[in-house]
Amino acid sequence: MFLAEATQSGFFFLAPWIVFAPVLGLLINGIFGHRFSEKLVGTIASAASGAAFIVSVLLAYSVSVNHGELVRWQLAEWIHIGDLQLDWTFRVDSLSTTMMLVVSGVGTLIHIYAIGYMHEDVRFKGDPGRFPRFFVFLNLFIAAMMILVSGDSYLMLFVGWEGVGLCSFLLIGFWFEMDTLARPSWANSNAAKKAFITNRIGDFGFLIAGFIMFWNFRSFQFDEVFAAGQAAAPGIILAITLFMLVGVAGKSAQIPLYVWLPDAMAGPTPVSALIHAATMVTAGVYLIARSAPLYTLAPQAQTIVAMTGAVTALFAATIAVGQYDIKKVLAYSTISQLGFMVAAVGMGAFAAGMFHLITHAFFKALLFLSAGSVILGLERGHHHADHAHHGKGKKGKHVLSKVEGRKEERSHDAHEEVRRVEPVETFDPNDMRNMGGLRKTMPVTFWLYMIGTLALAGIFPFAGFWSKDEILADAFNEGFTAVYWLLTVAAFFTAFYMGRQIWMVFFGEPRHEAAAHAQESPTVITVPLMILAFLSILGGALNLPGLHTLTEWLEHTIEVHAGEFVWGVAIVSTILALLGIWISWLIYGRTPLKAGRPDPLKERLGAVFTGMENKWYVDELYQAMIITPFAKISQFLADVIDWRFWHDWFHETVIAGTYNWVSNVALNRYADQQGIDAFANGLGDVTQWLSATMRKVQNGFVRSYALSVLLGVVLIVGYLILK
Amino acid sequence: MIPINYYIVLSAILFTIGTLGVLTRRNALIIFMSVELMLNAANLAFVAFARAREVALGQPFFDGQIFVFFVIAVAAAEVAVGLALIVEIFKSKRSIDVDQMSSLKG
Repeated sequence: MFLAEATQSGFFFLAPWIVFAPVLGLLINGIFGHRFSEKLVGTIASAASGAAFIVSVLLAYSVSVNHGELVRWQLAEWIHIGDLQLDWTFRVDSLSTTMMLVVSGVGTLIHIYAIGYMHEDVRFKGDPGRFPRFFVFLNLFIAAMMILVSGDSYLMLFVGWEGVGLCSFLLIGFWFEMDTLARPSWANSNAAKKAFITNRIGDFGFLIAGFIMFWNFRSFQFDEVFAAGQAAAPGIILAITLFMLVGVAGKSAQIPLYVWLPDAMAGPTPVSALIHAATMVTAGVYLIARSAPLYTLAPQAQTIVAMTGAVTALFAATIAVGQYDIKKVLAYSTISQLGFMVAAVGMGAFAAGMFHLITHAFFKALLFLSAGSVILGLERGHHHADHAHHGKGKKGKHVLSKVEGRKEERSHDAHEEVRRVEPVETFDPNDMRNMGGLRKTMPVTFWLYMIGTLALAGIFPFAGFWSKDEILADAFNEGFTAVYWLLTVAAFFTAFYMGRQIWMVFFGEPRHEAAAHAQESPTVITVPLMILAFLSILGGALNLPGLHTLTEWLEHTIEVHAGEFVWGVAIVSTILALLGIWISWLIYGRTPLKAGRPDPLKERLGAVFTGMENKWYVDELYQAMIITPFAKISQFLADVIDWRFWHDWFHETVIAGTYNWVSNVALNRYADQQGIDAFANGLGDVTQWLSATMRKVQNGFVRSYALSVLLGVVLIVGYLILK
Repeated sequence: MIPINYYIVLSAILFTIGTLGVLTRRNALIIFMSVELMLNAANLAFVAFARAREVALGQPFFDGQIFVFFVIAVAAAEVAVGLALIVEIFKSKRSIDVDQMSSLKG
């Protein structure tokens, strides 16, 4: 009966469980995880995330039976001060449930994948005890992301926003004491700090936007802000939306704050897939979509947002062409695709932006996880090759399989000491120059990667084609010509660098022994990939031209309009995508790269390729323009202002000196010694002198006393008489 | 009747003799006797004034006489205490020279 009621009126009462479920999972794993087996830890974490997914499905179903009406589910009161009424309220509408489904759905698949991935990763890195921690962080991320997408006010959104930033930091620095090649170094923790600090800059913009909002509208609640925004001065709306864009640029890795995302690849691959590709980085896109009523009031802001996205899309795509690290290519690709989404929501094409967000979550998660599978395959191949050498006694005894080495360490502690001082291997399993020919050794991963590539490149009929085309068509129709051309060229580069990756990784001959001996990944890794591949193929069905399922679904929440399908746009982008793949075949596929040879593009493009290879020297530019001056200013502030001026001069000389002078000279010498002491001593001296004088009177002769009495009487009587 | 001035002059002379005795003599007994002389000089003045007052008022007036009784009583007590002291001093010092009794000098 209860269920029957719920199916009628909706499952909105379950809303808090999208957060509670992962929190429960992380508490269980956080407290008991070290006692559980890896399988149990992974199962609990995946179940927690899966529970959130099921709740999300029920909520989406509830929204649909509720005819898309918004439902607020208040969990608890939060801040009630004066007019401000802020509560922990979950906002269940078509936009938030869409995000919930993406986050928890893709999240759950990545949790399952991570069971297999982390099982091997913790052994390659040599610390199996860290396994439960990873899943605690992952569940924490799901919880924070759920708060972000389900919050009913900008402040609650900000809580989730900061929460996911924290999780990003924790997970990028998961192997904080080593670099990506497991050598002792602070590289990973530096990458984590870079991500966190860059995000802080963006958060600062978001906070300013929040302050302006509260100062003018007296509220953080979405609907109240939007209602107040209608009557507000355009300048205020423009300020809010542009400061919000700073936050978006930080979180969604747009120019100029995108630099953290490529470095974030230092985190384990499931993290790159979940946080730095599929979900967290889309928070900025979600924020703009959620703030759609504000952005539509400020056309200038919309133009700036759209141009930021479009320029980022092209800029990052060109950098991706020159990268050798398989994950770095995908990272720049993510920045580029986020540029597409930001451009879309900037143009007011919120449905197209959300559509691309969803399909991108599918195929980019697929690509990252497949890349993880490739990396693991290469690691396995590398250890296999080492084994072979070890057996033949060719390369010396230190090249033990790390897995075995660890096992031996447990029994022989002394052995570990010996192993530590030996030179660390420098084989980079992420480097595409070490790959090649993996098509034969890792066929499942190859086909999955292929699907992801086609979806990302925007080849008909894969998911990416439909969503990217809708963005391009909207740009074309809405008259954003510059944006359209930037994105179209970016789409060409996208196809090119993905083609380059495919030819370099999977075709040709192996360029390293590890690639030759690469092994396919187990099913716990490949099955989630297959589901994602399935979604990458069919994801486009969410919002087919003419049907507009997603657009109609989102229409309940934000003002969206169905984009028209433009044949010309579709044909141009498809031709450019095919052209990109064909050119990449001409360069990388026809004559496969040989081991030790430089990138063939380098000879043809020269300095341009060097620029792409070095990320257009943006990091160096930031280093020279911001970080070095910042360090110098900090040095100046610390050394000169703080230490020499405040400490040495002001504190030591002025305050302590004055205090010393006052206490030693003024108070001690003058006031105390020459004032109070002198008075007390003088009193004593006078008393002594008086007594010395007076004692002479006390001469002991009774008759002289009697004379004194007589004289006294005479004096008194004389006085009385003469008065 | 003898005029009152005579009594006053006699009283002054007696008091002066007593005072000089106290100041000049060193024998404690003599000093004691001089003190008695000064007391009695005062007594004489009291009685003389009381008598003069009675004559002036024309009715009995005894205030001065009564005062004299008090002085005699106090003097008697003083003599008792004073002589006892002198005896004790003599016992320890074998002398009643007041100049010898200067152990309390400053």
